[in-house]
Amino acid sequence: MKYYIMILFSCIFSWSQSQNCSSTLSGEVHDFHDGTPITNATIYIKSLNKYTTTDVNGYFFIKDLCNDAIVFEVTHLACETKNIDIDIDGDTFLVVNLEHHIEELNEVKVKGASTSKITKTTQETILKSETIDRFSSLNLGDVLKQISGVSSINTGSTIVKPVINGLHSSRIIVMTNGVRLQDQEWGIEHAPNIDLNTAGSINVIKGANALAYGGDAIGGVIVLKPSKISLKDSLYGKSIITGHSNGRGYNFNTSLTKTYKKGWYLGAQTSLKRFGDFKSPDYYLTNTGLNAKGLSFNGGFKSFEKGFNVYYSYLDNQIGILRASHIGNVEDLVNAINNPKPLVIEDFAYDINAPKQEVTHHVFKTEFYKRFKKFGRVDVQYDYQNNHRFEYDIRVGDDRDKAAVDLTLKTHTLKTSVKLDSKSNITYQFGLNAGYQNNFADPNTGVRRLIPDYDKYDAGAFVISNLRLNNDINVDFGLRYDFNQIDAKKFYLTSRWNERAYNNEFANLVIDDLGTQLLTNPIFNYHNISASAGISYQINDRNNFIFNYGLSNRAPNPSELFSDGLHHSAARIELGDLRLKKETSNRVSATYNYQNKGLSLSAETFYNYINDYIFVRPTGTEQTIRGAFPVWSYNQTNAVLYGLDVTANYTLNEQWFLKNKSSYIKGKDVTKNDALIDMPSVKTVNSLGFSNKKWLNLKTELQSELVFKQTNFPNNNFEVYIPTTEQMVLVDVSSTPPTYHLLHLQSNITLTISEKSNLNIGLNITNLLNTNYRENLNRLRYFADDLGRNIMLQLKLNY
Amino acid sequence: MKTLKQLSLILLASIVLTACSNDDDGSNPEPVNEEEVITTLKATLTPVGGGTPITLQTQDLDGDGPDPAVITVSSALAVNTTYDGSLLLLNETESPAEEINEEIEEEDDEHQFFYQASNAVATFAYADFDGNGNPVGLEFTLTTAATASAGNITITLRHEPSKSAEGVSDGEITNAGGETDIQAVFPVVIE
Repeated sequence: MKYYIMILFSCIFSWSQSQNCSSTLSGEVHDFHDGTPITNATIYIKSLNKYTTTDVNGYFFIKDLCNDAIVFEVTHLACETKNIDIDIDGDTFLVVNLEHHIEELNEVKVKGASTSKITKTTQETILKSETIDRFSSLNLGDVLKQISGVSSINTGSTIVKPVINGLHSSRIIVMTNGVRLQDQEWGIEHAPNIDLNTAGSINVIKGANALAYGGDAIGGVIVLKPSKISLKDSLYGKSIITGHSNGRGYNFNTSLTKTYKKGWYLGAQTSLKRFGDFKSPDYYLTNTGLNAKGLSFNGGFKSFEKGFNVYYSYLDNQIGILRASHIGNVEDLVNAINNPKPLVIEDFAYDINAPKQEVTHHVFKTEFYKRFKKFGRVDVQYDYQNNHRFEYDIRVGDDRDKAAVDLTLKTHTLKTSVKLDSKSNITYQFGLNAGYQNNFADPNTGVRRLIPDYDKYDAGAFVISNLRLNNDINVDFGLRYDFNQIDAKKFYLTSRWNERAYNNEFANLVIDDLGTQLLTNPIFNYHNISASAGISYQINDRNNFIFNYGLSNRAPNPSELFSDGLHHSAARIELGDLRLKKETSNRVSATYNYQNKGLSLSAETFYNYINDYIFVRPTGTEQTIRGAFPVWSYNQTNAVLYGLDVTANYTLNEQWFLKNKSSYIKGKDVTKNDALIDMPSVKTVNSLGFSNKKWLNLKTELQSELVFKQTNFPNNNFEVYIPTTEQMVLVDVSSTPPTYHLLHLQSNITLTISEKSNLNIGLNITNLLNTNYRENLNRLRYFADDLGRNIMLQLKLNY
Repeated sequence: MKTLKQLSLILLASIVLTACSNDDDGSNPEPVNEEEVITTLKATLTPVGGGTPITLQTQDLDGDGPDPAVITVSSALAVNTTYDGSLLLLNETESPAEEINEEIEEEDDEHQFFYQASNAVATFAYADFDGNGNPVGLEFTLTTAATASAGNITITLRHEPSKSAEGVSDGEITNAGGETDIQAVFPVVIE
């Protein structure tokens, strides 16, 4: 195995049947990640001793070829040499996507469509390691916001959940090195337990069309892949040190990889991150620090024919939650909303006190694959995850230092897939998966369980196929079936059980009556069918269309079914509902891509109709000894979300460029003819960039981020009697913060230290003008302003 | 192929082993009886110089559950009378009921009760203080209005109030901040 090649799609059908030697092979060589043309790549046909090089647009052609099978070689300075087999049959055009830097086995793709994306007929964006490294000290949700149409829902600035086209939490699948993350993703204040530094690239697929990962990703799929392994004798690594002025934070990340030409590899990575209290322009945000530690190992063997991978990662996050956001009853909430400043402001500290979260997450994965000649590739994978979450509330007396929430979620998954890719114009992939999950809520907290103990069983099967009709048209089909069973043991207060009228409908679930509490054993089964169909059409070199349709179903998550208790940070009682059914999404989307020398444009639209959309809304107030609390209950309605995401790049000349990323989304509750809650605002980011290779490879970019006031929101305000002022008061939980505009500056230079190592120095300033603002999708917006100016200095050493 | 076979064996073994280690099936989880829940606040008002004590009580036996707190006032208060007041806090979900006063006394610098009356039916004064000389409010005096009237008495317990803020040590709740642990409104009649 001297060369590592994979051909997904080779030649093009031409109707000419006659054997002659006047065919032309032409094509384009692109960078796999961003589709930029690769200039000066050498194309060499060994058997004929013919060669050529690509021009500035990455274009090449070789004339006078016979209709025959040929092997040609593509070489470029920054890439390994690639060999490609192709059957010449008339004039043949193809696109070669090369991977810069470190090459992975099967990343050379020969395709009919001029696209740099992995899936051919979905709305997909790829973030490269350069971008990921810049966010090394931040969160997954922060880096994903670089993609138009992806926003985040935050609890402060360290709990950041990605939102894809208005959907988040259980509606998004996060894959890390082939493992579907199971980390209690149902809660809004549960950020993905991912150390961004373990990822070498991130693919974001909008909508539920990537059925190989799961059928319930109504929002989309985020795929984090480790850095590519190159098959040569090499030892390389990367270290990143970052310092932040805001939060006086620092971050250290380092990774080292040893590879062997024969295919063995071993890599290790570790990161440490520490922040103290962040600062808004006018005051410290007390108790918003962060302390995170991560560690991962990745090793195995890979060749074209077979290989295996063993992966382990560990993450420990300690996250402080704004002290002023912990409140007692609705009167405290009114005081907080009406007060322009948080009610607790202290001097800067690194200490993290209650309220806080402490989450550890382990991922263990092992995978192997074997490729059979004229058949395809078989993959088998087992993974185990352990997620342990503590949440600390402000408590008194002996329980002061005891966690209020102590949940351990263990997940085992076994999956296998077979990919049939021996035919050049059609591939099939089918797969099976089985999973077992156990949740354990430790009763020693002395607080009634927020999420009950449960066992969950999953089984799924899928088939997907890609059909290349001709050089310009790709068609995808997919079908998936999932079975989920949840078997929970939950205590209900007898009064709550009766108030919800469960005593009529679910009396048979009660297995023990303890007087004031009932032990119940709900067992629910869900059968879900999902389907996907897509087509991409390359009209010509410049214009490309993609259409697709996705059907997906999502079973209600444990939080939606079983929530039953008081949320202090929101001063509300949240109630799940045993009657919830699965939700069903029908999503259609269309994408138009345009590309010429200076301009690249991508416009993505979607329309997502969700039957029985599960959401939480206020349904009244309840009196307790603490005072009044609004009750938020999980409900279902029919909802529609639609929007447009635009990305445009305009290169003025070699040094200057302009960029625009804009997104517009609207969410409607069709049943009630009202707006949907928690929809991202209209946003446009415009940047002006300058780069000059001669000035130490300087790259700099000034970014203007404009976020408009969300004017479409449901009115969930309610009136409540405030005893201390003896007045009825309107609690305004609905009104959205005003439009805000922020300026950011990014710049970096690269110094060459030796032949194989370089140092990249980055200076990034966010919120340059120290603007006061509040973001609608930050749950702490009732209590405090968002972050003020931050100056970040980053040193990145590649060796 | 040999390595692959061995790998698959390891894989299968690990699945079997981990699957067996989850052995908590079948047994039921134990219930959680919330320890720090306050179900009951009872204010006992004893007329200075003697007489029948009057009690104001709020009791919410299902804690944060749907049932509202039950408010009871044993009888009307007399006009122009001073009462010695004391509070009793209980967790009645436990048997016998647990007294919570002690926890507040131990952390008295972090707690303060506030007393308010509508329609000027009564005025209040603190009778107990923490180590810093700031009021706590488990003990207090209540003086009723000089004329017969009716109104509400509101008792609020704040955790971690800012006791040094303006007016707070005089019993003004406006600047107190902190979190509300108890809030009860008692309709009273002065006659």
